Amino acid sequence: MASHAIETHGLTRRFGATTAVDDLSLTVETGEVFGFLGHNGAGKTTTVRLLNGVLAADGGQIRVLGHDPATDGPQVRARTGVLTETPSLDERLTAIDNLTIYADLYGVPTGQVNGRVNAILETFGLAERGREKVGGYSKGMKQRLALARAFLHEPDLLFLDEPTSGLDPVATQEVHDMIRHVSREEGRTVFLCTHNLVEAQRLCKRVAVMEHGQMVAVGTPHDLAHQIGADMRYTLEIAPDQTGAARDAVKAIATVSSVEASDAEDAELTLTVSDREAVPDALAALGAAGVRVYAVIPQQTSLEDIYMALHQRKGGAS
Amino acid sequence: MNWRAVRAIVRKDLKVVLKSRAVLIPLIMVPLIILVILPAVGGVLLANANPNSPEIADFRRESAMFFDNLPGTIGDRLDQYDNEVQRVTYVIFNLFFPSMYLLLPTMVANVIAADSFAGEKERKTLEALIYTPTTDRELYLAKLIGPWVAGVAVGWLGYIAFALIVTATTWPLMGGVFVLDLAWLLLILWVTPAAAGIGLGAMVLVSSRVSTFQEAYQLGGVVVIPVLLLLFGQIGGVVYFSPLVALITGAILWAIALVLVVYGARTFHRGELMARL
Ligand SMILES: Nc1ncnc2c1ncn2[C@@H]1O[C@H](COP(=O)(O)OP(=O)(O)OP(=O)(O)O)[C@@H](O)[C@H]1O
Ligand SMILES: [Mg+2]
Repeated sequence: MASHAIETHGLTRRFGATTAVDDLSLTVETGEVFGFLGHNGAGKTTTVRLLNGVLAADGGQIRVLGHDPATDGPQVRARTGVLTETPSLDERLTAIDNLTIYADLYGVPTGQVNGRVNAILETFGLAERGREKVGGYSKGMKQRLALARAFLHEPDLLFLDEPTSGLDPVATQEVHDMIRHVSREEGRTVFLCTHNLVEAQRLCKRVAVMEHGQMVAVGTPHDLAHQIGADMRYTLEIAPDQTGAARDAVKAIATVSSVEASDAEDAELTLTVSDREAVPDALAALGAAGVRVYAVIPQQTSLEDIYMALHQRKGGAS
Repeated sequence: MNWRAVRAIVRKDLKVVLKSRAVLIPLIMVPLIILVILPAVGGVLLANANPNSPEIADFRRESAMFFDNLPGTIGDRLDQYDNEVQRVTYVIFNLFFPSMYLLLPTMVANVIAADSFAGEKERKTLEALIYTPTTDRELYLAKLIGPWVAGVAVGWLGYIAFALIVTATTWPLMGGVFVLDLAWLLLILWVTPAAAGIGLGAMVLVSSRVSTFQEAYQLGGVVVIPVLLLLFGQIGGVVYFSPLVALITGAILWAIALVLVVYGARTFHRGELMARL
């Protein structure tokens, strides 16, 4: 139990006719960055609410940090930090006031409040504007302040709902670094809701994909590629004038399902193959045909490809 | 009970109110008019009135029903004065003002509660608050304390201002303090907190049905005003302001306020608040 930060079985929540979370069983290990993917309305935010005991489930079991959030909500929430979808900041108050209030609410030791507030403002690049009213902040600054508030009490488990929405690329990078840091160096667990697949690919060891409240896949991006039976792709660098010869040479191989020129100058060919053995076979065939190969570059199936494949499959089935 | 968290929420709610013009203006203007400007103008006019002027005689004649039916204790008190202006002054400030005065703690608590319950929902700051480790009970209590304390504080400070102004402006006429007696003390210490409770309770009742400060403010008024008018209308028709009336009025207001607040506690669950966000 201790190694699981989150564990649910058959978790279900309905709103009228909509089943926002449908029979969800999932496990998140302590210290991992877990990606929770799904398009709008898939049930991500509802799941975060259920896991924090701020919304009642209609069925199923939950353990978060060893507690049941339905009965021990305050104990769970004392150790979780949540970045909500909307920043949920008091715009009439200053950043310092906003943070100080939450330091009190989360029980940060009284003597440490000022130091902690100043340090976190510094970390999130808001130190110089800490005495300004939040109403005058830009969208990205509000998002950073909301993140700062989620980190303020040094929670063991962070729920980040779209943490980089509205941030510029530099700030996005900083948030990503921060997430990696709290996970790797500080051993905190991060539950990351996002529809930004590049972000998930960069940060998450494992991801779950949600569709209409149901979890349609879970695992490492690599596992998922296997689960959906995604073909492997390799890009070959060849001499531009040999493209035609190369195509003819590899076409005959049974395990090569398609060949595309992936470069405007025809200096690259991408093979989609169903079996790794196709690679040596293709190289042998190309060698025999006198095609000179300069490089073989394996193409990872991107999370985006996986996600789209799952999405289409699910959409086709329902 | 986590008092540090409760205090933090109370302080936050009041601080936010102090930064909002829409909330602050009625909170300052209404007490200012009822407890400062009206008594000051009235006091100055009465202090300079000629006891034999036709206006005083007219007023006395028009209010004959009222004056002739005063209960013995008040009649005795009025007999101590030697002219009509003094008697009219005594009656206006001691018998007409108290019910107006009671509107203030009610209104203040009502407006601040509208901002703290519905305004918080409107500004979308409720969600982060719901995610804190506070219990439902702590959250509810914190939401009650701010408006209530503010209502009582404005009531008390307002009374002090009222008493000082009335006494100062009418000193030449009355020669002393005449708006402080057992009835006033009961009104301030016993009825005022209950009146603030009514303003709060009305808001607890409507807050789950509205989503903006303005709606809450209007609907809250719709609930509060009839309760007060009914109560004062009833009382005014049969009896005059006295210690006994203050005791009974207070008891009725406390009972209504408690019912509303207890009802609110039963329906105040973060799960339901969240589902309605
Ligand atoms: N309070 C509520 N009342 C009614 N329906 C709700 C409520 N909260 C969520 N839902 C419904 O539940 C489903 C899941 O919503 P949820 O907000 O969890 O999705 P999400 O994955 O977070 O979407 P997004 O990416 O747009 O934030 C949606 O169909 C939504 O309309
Ligand atoms: Mg969401």
